[in-house]
Amino acid sequence: MENSEKISAETPLIEMIDAAIAPLQGTRSLEVAGVHWRVQPKTFWVIAGVFGSGKSDFLATAAGLQRPADGCVKLFGNETFTLKEERLVEDRRRIGLVFSGSGRLFNRLTIAENVALPLRYRQNFTEKNAEESVREILELTDLISYAHRIPSTLAPNWQRRAALARALILKPEILLLDKPLLGTDFRHQGWWLDFLAKLSEGCDFYGGKPITIVATAEDFGPWKNVARQFALLKNNRWQEIGGRAELEASGEPLLHEVLTENV
Amino acid sequence: MENPAAATPGEDISHRANFSLLPRAYLNFVGRKFFAFTETVYGLAAFGLITLVVMFKKNQHASHVVHPLIRSEVLRAGVRLLPMTSFLGLALGMVVIGQTLFLLNRIGVQNFTGTIMVSVVVRELGPLITALMVLARVGTAIVIELGTSRALGEVEALEALGIDPVHFLVVPRVIGLALSIFSLTVYLIIIALLSGYLFAFLQDVPLYPSDYFSQLASALTWEDFALLALKTSLFGTIIALVTCFQGLAQPLHIEEVSGATTRAVAHSVVACVLLDALFLVVYLVM
Repeated sequence: MENSEKISAETPLIEMIDAAIAPLQGTRSLEVAGVHWRVQPKTFWVIAGVFGSGKSDFLATAAGLQRPADGCVKLFGNETFTLKEERLVEDRRRIGLVFSGSGRLFNRLTIAENVALPLRYRQNFTEKNAEESVREILELTDLISYAHRIPSTLAPNWQRRAALARALILKPEILLLDKPLLGTDFRHQGWWLDFLAKLSEGCDFYGGKPITIVATAEDFGPWKNVARQFALLKNNRWQEIGGRAELEASGEPLLHEVLTENV
Repeated sequence: MENPAAATPGEDISHRANFSLLPRAYLNFVGRKFFAFTETVYGLAAFGLITLVVMFKKNQHASHVVHPLIRSEVLRAGVRLLPMTSFLGLALGMVVIGQTLFLLNRIGVQNFTGTIMVSVVVRELGPLITALMVLARVGTAIVIELGTSRALGEVEALEALGIDPVHFLVVPRVIGLALSIFSLTVYLIIIALLSGYLFAFLQDVPLYPSDYFSQLASALTWEDFALLALKTSLFGTIIALVTCFQGLAQPLHIEEVSGATTRAVAHSVVACVLLDALFLVVYLVM
């Protein structure tokens, strides 16, 4: 408890105040309403919900890509859509977003070019300037042997891993992952959980500095020993559960469904 | 809803012929088309302005990423189309000379050959044919690749990485197409003028090269060069903007990409022809 009070004194990285999330496409109505959420530095959140509960739109809104239908979303203490474009772009650099599925890599570029692109665009690097950083991150994610492959020639699991490398190359302070474990086999799942745990505790790539992670999931099962904060999207409402102890103690009926062990 | 203007059977409608002869549904149809048209023009103008602002504001930003993209666009829309342009240039020169020399001979004014070549090839058909060829070969590819990117969510991925999609996807295509259409038109015109003479030579028309080229030179004015550069680069800009707009401006589903492609072709053709008509006015004033 003491610890949580100390953390809340810092500015939250992401804050939602009575926010309502609406889908980007189509005419479906509000997906989630009344979200009050503060993401403090060095936390590790997992947000679970059944299919269609609005997890992807929730993350896109948190990343400042989508406007909330109502309420306010603050990134690093500033309200997202009142910012000037340059400032918003600068804030987005501090947030890494890994999309679900195949990670939305650019199919006309190789894996190495995909990973290098954000760095090259931001720093105006030539391909050669970016080579060193790209090699480092590809080695870290075991992708070095696929560096010159086109994304569509790789399995979706590997593509998503390349998307993680692309999101990490700018060393964001907070990493948002949309269903990273969906459709992964045992080996990939183990790799993701280990890697994210390492990032959250501080790894060499970040100079030992822990980073904040928010992941969405269909179920809490694989995450319960890795993540530290849990929340649920249920019946268009946001429901914060708390830490691991609260997760175990919670009598929420949906938790039985989303706490099933995978594999 | 019942149409109040519709006549009941047997009713004499001659007294209200002024407004009721056109069925309401037809007026609705025209109205819908008109609003859709104004909406497209408005969207396109806004998109064009945004692109222009980004182009100037970020002209040195990320030059190591954007300049190679411009070069690859010039390669795709310019260099790779040289063989096709040569073929069209050859055919155009022969067709124009073939059709006109016979007529000119009949009325005995062969010394107008150069003037005709300049009016037809340099001012009108050269730029328009090149623009339509680039639209068919590259414009369609642009809508498909951008529409697919949009449908697969790659544009949101660019935004999430802090990369401006207009700067990264649209600006290189606008500059690349403007440069390509200008260069290809110059190339096509040179080929057409030469092939025109070749045709006359093969037909044993008594026309010396010196005569032909001095006719061309006297028919050309300095405004022709300036207007050719302006017109062709505007064709390139319009084609790139329309195709990028159709591919990017609204969220597409993958099955809508084919519709967006045909729409982009139709809109580009109309826009290019309208621009051509506008230039005709300039030529007439000249």
